[in-house]
Order: sequence, then structure tokens, then C-alpha cells
Amino acid sequence: MTAEIPARSPAHRLAGHTAGSLSRGIRQAMNALRRNLFNSIGNTILSGMMLALFWLVIPPFVDWAVTHATIAGISKSACDGSGACWTFIKVRLPSFFYGSFPPTERWRVDLAALLLVAFGIPVLRDRVARRGLWVVLLLTVFPVLAGVLLVGGVPGLPYVGTHLWGGLLLNTTISFVAVAGSLPLGMALALGRRSGLPIVRMLSIGFIELWRGVPLLTVLFMATVMLPLFLPHGITIDNLVRAMVALTLFTSAYMAEVVRGGLQGVPSGQEEAAYALGLKWWQVQYCVVLPQALRLVVPGIVNTVVDLFKDTTLVTIVGLFDMLGAVNQAINDPAWLGLAKEGYAFAALLFFVCCFAMSSFGRRFERRLERSTPR
Amino acid sequence: MSGVILKFLGCCTVLSCLVGFAGEARAQSTIKSPTLEAVKQRGQLNCGVDTGMPGYAFQNSSGQWDGLDVALCRAVAAAVLGDPDKVKYVGLTSKVRFTVLQSGEIDMLIRDTTLTFTRNTQLGLNEAVINFYTGETFMVRKNLNVAHVKELDGATICVITGTTLERDIADYGRANHVKINTLLFDRPEEAFAAANAGRCDGYTDDGGSVAAARSGMQHPDDWVILPEVISREPLGAFVRQGDEPWSNIVKWTHYAMVEAEALDISQSNLDEVKKTTTEPEARKFLGLEGDFGKMLGLDNDWSYRIVKSVGNYGEVYDRYFGPKALGLPRGLNELWNHGGLQYVLAWQ
Repeated sequence: MTAEIPARSPAHRLAGHTAGSLSRGIRQAMNALRRNLFNSIGNTILSGMMLALFWLVIPPFVDWAVTHATIAGISKSACDGSGACWTFIKVRLPSFFYGSFPPTERWRVDLAALLLVAFGIPVLRDRVARRGLWVVLLLTVFPVLAGVLLVGGVPGLPYVGTHLWGGLLLNTTISFVAVAGSLPLGMALALGRRSGLPIVRMLSIGFIELWRGVPLLTVLFMATVMLPLFLPHGITIDNLVRAMVALTLFTSAYMAEVVRGGLQGVPSGQEEAAYALGLKWWQVQYCVVLPQALRLVVPGIVNTVVDLFKDTTLVTIVGLFDMLGAVNQAINDPAWLGLAKEGYAFAALLFFVCCFAMSSFGRRFERRLERSTPR
Repeated sequence: MSGVILKFLGCCTVLSCLVGFAGEARAQSTIKSPTLEAVKQRGQLNCGVDTGMPGYAFQNSSGQWDGLDVALCRAVAAAVLGDPDKVKYVGLTSKVRFTVLQSGEIDMLIRDTTLTFTRNTQLGLNEAVINFYTGETFMVRKNLNVAHVKELDGATICVITGTTLERDIADYGRANHVKINTLLFDRPEEAFAAANAGRCDGYTDDGGSVAAARSGMQHPDDWVILPEVISREPLGAFVRQGDEPWSNIVKWTHYAMVEAEALDISQSNLDEVKKTTTEPEARKFLGLEGDFGKMLGLDNDWSYRIVKSVGNYGEVYDRYFGPKALGLPRGLNELWNHGGLQYVLAWQ
């Protein structure tokens, strides 16, 4: 087909820059298509089948989600049932973000989210002076500020029990705590597992294998069912704290293995050279080995964090209503029955946006490290 | 020598029995309930409910807990603490519900849970009261022109597998000489979709779920719920064994709602009745005569507060299952004098 396209003539050139570049663009696209999708009989058949599948799936979905969808109104009666009823999502949206957090106090959640962004930007941005200081602030000052803001109980901020927390607020809070807790714990465990001291090594191995060996569902189940039986009658631990502790310990085992992978990747000459300079054990680890190891395992850490974020949906077991739990609540509201499809589609979208954002940040971080690493 | 020891032991037993009796006699005059004490001290009732079940327990658009089970939590809080809002709701999955109650994390469990023989005897739990009588119920297409389950001969019903529903249909068919065909599904959503698409003439599950399924259909008005219930699923409240006074409070809180309906006392006419009534039954109920509240370990205004905050049983039922809500015929949950099973022990 490309053979028929005439070579560029002076007349063609006169036809105008836009038209020329347009036809060139089309030609390039056709070429790319032929090279990549239709370059053999087998690939042509596969491409044809995929196109047929898209044709079968996408138009009905667009029909449902866009063409026949409703978003106006404030009750189910506004939807005629021929397409998606986004009115439902619109009305229940606050509960997906805040759960049952009292409406008059929701500005506190917004402010905490803003604080997270404000503390997070200097940590993630490209050129920042004293990044280490910002990391320390994010891990110490921010949690205290956010905790006071969300829990309250101080003058001016009424107390809000954690049983009222819910929605994306819960996913974010639990993920933040679990990441902040499991990274240092994981590093310690990874170093412990490679340590020459037998007891430290055995304990680290035992901890890691124990937590990796049980499903998260079981851990949460234990936290809610078994823990109260061990505690004296009348003493209860807040459900949110239980979920946070369970997820932190669980994730730290995975973090430890990811970090150990990085430690394994640092040439042993580095360590030996550092010792030869007269550095002590912790100086060797902190200044020489860990910086190189962590650099190697950024993709693994991001992977674990994304995984953790999705795992936070399991906290429904301990009676907390995270984003997915809030969606489940909404589709069981008698005023909105029969709209499970819309609810789950929205939950999937929101989770995708969050996880995609995290992995994009991860990739940017990697690129920056690559640029600054002389190889 | 051993005889002396035996005699001594015998004396001890008699003595301790006497002490025990004396203690019991004291307990009758001032009610001692660890759960009641704990709730009062905490200033909050911990109530275990479903994580989301239309009609029974759900969060409404403003994020507040609502539903028939939630109403019982609110009523108990109103009776005990004087404020129906002083409740912490704990959403529980069916797997953890009993353990969480046993461990003392919640004060009562009201989670559309069936009261059964084994749960009563094997779990160390007390089945305080039944707040909803239900069982396997049928919903069929209106254009089938069927008014009773008996007439379903030859019809096809969508059923979820892995429950007792299938067996109950088969038993019913054998006993009543009708042939009801079933179309089986793993998940409720699939069964709804099949029913919507016209692959079956009806859908079955227990009453509340059928009512919820009907509301979720594309055209709810095309479906009608049949009045018969072919199996027994009495749903109600559980408390821990060994705290009878607390069990009594939960039980009589539900009874107070039913008694109010029997006496025609509702949220709207409550204050007027209290001011003007001369009927001895109503006066006893509202605490104007007798010491019924004090006998429970509460004050005599307890029943007034219950009706004030949640209404009588009929009002609560209508709010969540009535024609304007899920549209489930009241059937077994009518008062005993209207052909139902909701019955109150004598208020004397």
C-alpha cells in the first residue's frame, strides 16, 4: 500500500505545512501498524481477534457508562435503568472519602491531606536542599499533627472516635503508618538476617518466615478474634490500632526480603573497603551498604507499597469500613439497591488512580537515582 | 481422722451455701449486672451489627447507621443511657460475630442472626429476644398471576446454592405435591441478573433479602412477594450468658416497642397519651404506675424514652420494611392479635 504513495513533489510541498505533516503522520502510523500488528499471518489473526474483542466489549461499555448514563438528580428515581446511575456515586461520594466522619469535622481530614501533600512534595521533588530533614519531618512532625487533627480531643477539636473513620481516609492512614513502620523494621530485619550473630540471625529469620508464612486474612482474623481473649476483660485495643500493627508487622517481613535482595546486590568489595578504612559496623551499613542497596530495590519497595495499599481493603474483617467497605455499605442502602455495578466500577477506578499515582512516583524516583548514579 | 475432716468439709459446704443464698437475696433487691455497669461507666453502648444489610443495618446517605437492628441498639441506649445516639456500632462479618461478643468487645449482638438450638447451648450465649421472624420467602413475576407458593407448580425459581434454601424447596414440594424447578447460582448478583433477564419466574431467599432483591430489580413493581414462609429463621439479639439482668434489659426493650404498638402509643401521640391517659395498661407502660423500670435496674421513664427515640415496633417495621421502604408484607411480624407472632409477656 505504501508503494502507491507518490514521492514528495514540489506541488505537494506547496499544499501547506499542516496537510503535509498530517499525511506524513498517517503514513507513519500505517507503517507502524503494519510492522507491529500485521507483519505475519499469525500476528494478523491475533490482531484481528483482539480488534473483534474490543469491538464486542468497548461499545456496550461506553453505551452503559457514558451514552445512557445518568448523573443528574439526587435519588434513584432520577435513573431510568438503561445505563449507569452515576447519581448514586455523586450522592454517596463523601462517604467513600470520609466514611462516617462527622460532616462538620470533615475539614480536619482535608487539612490533614493537605499537610501530607505539603510534607510529601519536598521529599519527592527533584532538587531539594536537606531532603533528609524533610523525610524526618514527614515521619515525625506530620504524624503528630495529623493525629491530633484527626483524633481531636484537644480544645477546639472535638474527639472523633476511630470507629467513625472510613473510606479513603482509612486506606491512606493505614498505608502511611504501615509503610513508615515497615521500612525501618524491614531494614533492621534484613540486616539481622545477614548478621554474623547467631541469635539475631535466628530471630530475624523466624520473624520473617512466620509473617510471610501466614495469610494476611488470618493475621487480621487473629487480631480481631484471638487478641481480645488474651487481654484482661474490659481492656480493648482500638480496632484501627490493631489493623495498623497487623499490617505493619506483615509488610515488614516482605520489606525485609526486598531490602535483603538489595544487600545481596552490593559487591562485597564495598563492605571490605569500608572496613579497611576503619569504619565501624553501623557506619559501614549506614554510609556504604544501605544507600547502595536501597537504590537497587526501589522498584521492589514501590511494588510492596502498592500491594499494601490494596491489602488495606481487608480491614473490613476488623469492623473498619475502608473505601471498598464504604462502597459495600452504599450498595446495601435500601435507597440505592441494585447499583452494585456502579459502586464497584467506581471503586476500581479510584484504586487504579491511587496505585497508578504511586507507581508513577516510584518510576520518577528511579530515574532520578539513575541520573545521579555514576556507573 | 478422715471423718473429722469430712465433717469439717460438710460444715463448710453448708455455710457457703447459706452465704450464697444470702448473697442471692441481696442481689434481688439491687440489680447487679456487670454489662449494665460497664455500659453506664463507659457512657456508650457497644452494639454489634451487620457490615451492611438492607433493612437491618446499613449506613444511609449521610453516613449514619440505620435499620431495624440498629433501632434496637438505639432503643437499648435510650433506655439505659437516656440517649439513643450514645452507641458505638461495630460492623461484624458472620465469621467473627460470636467470638467478638464472647470476648466482651460488644455488649449485644443484633446482626440478622438466626436463633438456633446449638448457638444457644454451645456458644455460651443467651438468645435474648426475637426481633424479626422470617424464613424462606418467594418473589415472583406479577404477570404469573400467582398468589400463593402452592400455585407455583411447574414454575422455575432462581436460587443461590450452598444454603438450606434448595433443600427446603424440595421438602416443601414433596409435602405439598407441587413441582418447583430451581435454577442454581453461586452468587446473588448472578441470580438477580438471571431473574432480570427473564430466565426464571421467581427468586427465593429469606424475607429481608427477597425484599432487598425486589428493590434492586430493574422494575421492582413487576415483582410480587408471596405471603407464605416455608422455613423458620427467627432473627434476634444475643448477649453473653451469666448476666441475666442485662439479657432482661435487651429482651424487655424489644417488648416495650411491641407493647407500645399494642397500646396504640406511637412517637407522635406519646406525650399526649402520657398527659391524659387513665387506662391502667398505658399508665403502667409509661411508668406512671408501678416500678417496672426499677425492676430492670433502670428508671421508670425507660419505656417512654424508647418510644420517644425510635417509635413503636410497627413504626420501626414500616420505616425499613413497609410499603414505602422495602415493601415486605408484615406477615409473621404482625402483633399476635393481628395474626402474627410478635407477642409480649404479661406486663405485670
